[in-house]
Amino acid sequence: MIERFLGWLGETPWSVALLESLYAWPLVESTHVLTLGLFVGATIVMDLRLTGLAFRDVPVQAFTGRLLPWTHAGFIVMTVTGLLLLYSQPLRYYHNVFFRVKVLVMVVAGINAFVFHRGAHRHATTWGADAIPPRAARIAGTVSLAAWALVVVTGRLIAYNWFDCDIQPQPGWVNWLAGCEAVTE
Amino acid sequence: MLEPFFRWCESTLIGQAVANSVWAFPILEAVHLLGLCLLGGALLVVDLRMLGVGLTGQSVSRLARHARPWLVAALVVMVATGIPLFLSESIKAYYNTSFWVKMATLPVALGFTFGVRERVARNEGMEPGPRCKVIGAVSLALWFTVAAAGRWIGFS
Repeated sequence: MIERFLGWLGETPWSVALLESLYAWPLVESTHVLTLGLFVGATIVMDLRLTGLAFRDVPVQAFTGRLLPWTHAGFIVMTVTGLLLLYSQPLRYYHNVFFRVKVLVMVVAGINAFVFHRGAHRHATTWGADAIPPRAARIAGTVSLAAWALVVVTGRLIAYNWFDCDIQPQPGWVNWLAGCEAVTE
Repeated sequence: MLEPFFRWCESTLIGQAVANSVWAFPILEAVHLLGLCLLGGALLVVDLRMLGVGLTGQSVSRLARHARPWLVAALVVMVATGIPLFLSESIKAYYNTSFWVKMATLPVALGFTFGVRERVARNEGMEPGPRCKVIGAVSLALWFTVAAAGRWIGFS
């Protein structure tokens, strides 16, 4: 059912116009990529502080209080531009292995951030000024760094059609991961 | 005049190896992007502060001192991946306006960052003055141009 919906979505006039546009698509894509510097950049800075690798004499609350709004602004731009890109070719991205891994890892990053803010960060007043934050915060920072790095790498690789359903033969697990059965059979 | 040089670049061992590999270019691209993320973070945290927003509880000089090694690390990653990317498609780059915009802006941005911005940031305290704000804004504009032109190489 989701395939039929995405197939229909990809045939709507606006989706076709966006994909075939000379400037709109590249501009949306460029905004998506350049905003990485803001969103992932600000996230990295905060994660490095949480791991105790950088900004050791700057309290953690300074980052979660003053920098987080910038991270959120970046996240909104990433989401809007990302959804527009998805809208331009819904079915292709849905069956793209890298896109699927990227979405999964973003869910992991989201859960990690949620757990940190509900957990260790609630007691940040007691440890926020420590050069090396407690274990839970260091783990949250490390998981976040690894997850967003993987999101960036898989995000970049979405552009390649190596594992697309119409490129066959592929190993069984690739077709499974890409959800190709319905297409190939 | 420079075209023969660009042809030679593409004929180098590294250029050919990257151009003939399926995975090398995408992986180098991805790492180049990771460098961009780190560069963005290391620049923004200081530039925003110079503009009087962001981590306003900290002095400009402290943030700049902390951010500096990460800024340098990010630039090392970007250059180390950018050179083989360039070598793999030097001739395309030669005829690409965005490439030249990027190459013209990059030395200006580097010179400004380490020649002007760093000197000012080092001595700036809790209340950045107008000069400091201008420098933060110019830094953002310069690096934005480098990044935007860089992305556009692939579209033009």
